[in-house]
Amino acid sequence: MKLKGKAHKYGANVNTDVILPARYLNVSDPQELAKHCMEDIDGEFLGRMRPGDIIVATANFGSGSSREHAPTAIKATGISCVIASSFARIFFRNAINIGLPLLECAQAAEVTDMGDELEVELARGEITNLTKGLKFQAKPYPEFMLELIEKGGLIEYTKQRLATGRS
Amino acid sequence: MTLAEKILAAHSGKDKVSPGELINVRVDLVLSNDITAPISIREFERLGVDRVFDPHKIVLVPDHFTPNKDIPSAIQAKMTREFARAQGTLYYEVGRVGIGHVLLPEQGLVLPGDVVVGADSHTVTYGALGAFATGMGSTDIAVAMATGEVWMRVPPTIKFVYHGKPREWVGGKDLILHTIGDIGVDGATYMAMEFHGEAIAGLPLSGRFTMANMAVEAGAKAGLFRVDDKTLEYVTPRAGRPFTSYESDPDAQYERVVEYDISNLEPQVAFPHLPSNVKPVSQARDIKIDQAVIGSCTNGWLEDLQVAAQILAGRQVHPEVRCIIIPGSQQVYLEALKEGLVESFIQAGAVVSAPTCGPCLGGHMGVLAPGERAIATTNRNFVGRMGHPQSEVYLAGPAVAAASAVLGRIASPEEVLS
Ligand code: SF4
Repeated sequence: MKLKGKAHKYGANVNTDVILPARYLNVSDPQELAKHCMEDIDGEFLGRMRPGDIIVATANFGSGSSREHAPTAIKATGISCVIASSFARIFFRNAINIGLPLLECAQAAEVTDMGDELEVELARGEITNLTKGLKFQAKPYPEFMLELIEKGGLIEYTKQRLATGRS
Repeated sequence: MTLAEKILAAHSGKDKVSPGELINVRVDLVLSNDITAPISIREFERLGVDRVFDPHKIVLVPDHFTPNKDIPSAIQAKMTREFARAQGTLYYEVGRVGIGHVLLPEQGLVLPGDVVVGADSHTVTYGALGAFATGMGSTDIAVAMATGEVWMRVPPTIKFVYHGKPREWVGGKDLILHTIGDIGVDGATYMAMEFHGEAIAGLPLSGRFTMANMAVEAGAKAGLFRVDDKTLEYVTPRAGRPFTSYESDPDAQYERVVEYDISNLEPQVAFPHLPSNVKPVSQARDIKIDQAVIGSCTNGWLEDLQVAAQILAGRQVHPEVRCIIIPGSQQVYLEALKEGLVESFIQAGAVVSAPTCGPCLGGHMGVLAPGERAIATTNRNFVGRMGHPQSEVYLAGPAVAAASAVLGRIASPEEVLS
């Protein structure tokens, strides 16, 4: 799958509190959550972003709380994937589970600037910065996670597993 | 094998596991709360399974926005309650509920050697009892509720050794803030932290809970302590089932070993907006505060309130400070009442609230306005964590928070007592 969009660039340690502040956790509807996505780190994000766009950040993206509301809100805004130098553990799991693609690539994360035009070939983990004319290779997913992604997330994967009596 | 590896091996039917290995783990307890359970329930229903795998191994704790702060929160709490009733899971209603991470150990629901998963990042707290406990998202927890299993990658372990005896007013919070200040907020990402040393042996259980609690602030998957006499003294009267104490092998393989001599360590303060932004309290003086919060799953234990009372009793909270004290559970509240701590707090001009997460995540019971500054015994000081994105949170232990409440600025306990 090819994804294409503009980069929204952030620094290190973007935590789930700024991705989706706790004051909005009294609901769980993805569209409602999306209305406050990135509110405490970038008040202009929602006005600026277009569906298909890509969030790019440096180290430890998604640290802090386990709230699945954070990747859910990002996905519901129409962001197509997140590229970061590294991801926090729980956020990584959550995003894979709900089907928000993540790519770990420190070089791409560092050279990309706000507004750069990016293209991502998801299956191969290829990231192209069209604005700068540079190509990068993201860290490949472990095989088990690829299987999860291919099956459409953890729920679909588990459904099939339960159906075949493997549990 | 390390402590983490031994517990995971025992729960995946293997003799041995190694870091990096992908395993399916049987869980002893699954936790969710009023914020994360509604999504878990929705995903559980999508699985097409009728019943949870074992209702006695699932506990739903409405601790975040309860007593319900507004109508949407009330709806989420109701959804959680109705699911618990329909499935017959463990559930604690307001009046009996405490902050989950204080309540569960207190109720004997978590025991040494257990594997616990929770839809809350601070599930790591139970590592203080020699359990492998980790936070996950709501979807993972939905699957755990249905199957009693989760997939996990065996984490490498970093061993931390704390030499020396802590100075007066230095507790678990100071040791863990010092550690996070040293290794950084991603210093232990994907790893287990194992805590050892003379200072740890001397630490009460409450201090160990505080340290395990904040392992996630260094990115860790779990923070574990070995089971000793203090652990058994705490656990034995509460345990309603057998448990196993595991211990790291002498030849266990660690990712690395980090050693500290903490004999001269001062109480620590984490400046906004990262828990790793740590300085000794002597470098944090003269910072004026509007609010002091003593409580949360990090420092809401009886011993924490005892420390705060040593400083607040017979003194007055500064007239320009709102001092909010939140016992971690009803049991802690009751004990604090019996010991006269609550009376000391009220006479000092502090407010004592029902157990709740409340201000810790900017929910209710003490939310900050723009430009306001709080000192808190909580675990996160991210932008907007306690309210408006232009407010600030400084993290410290209960001694520093209480001393600051009295002086109206960040202060060490000695400044108040001298
Ligand atoms: S007290 Fe704070 S950190 Fe602990 S569970 Fe509640 S919101 Fe989370």
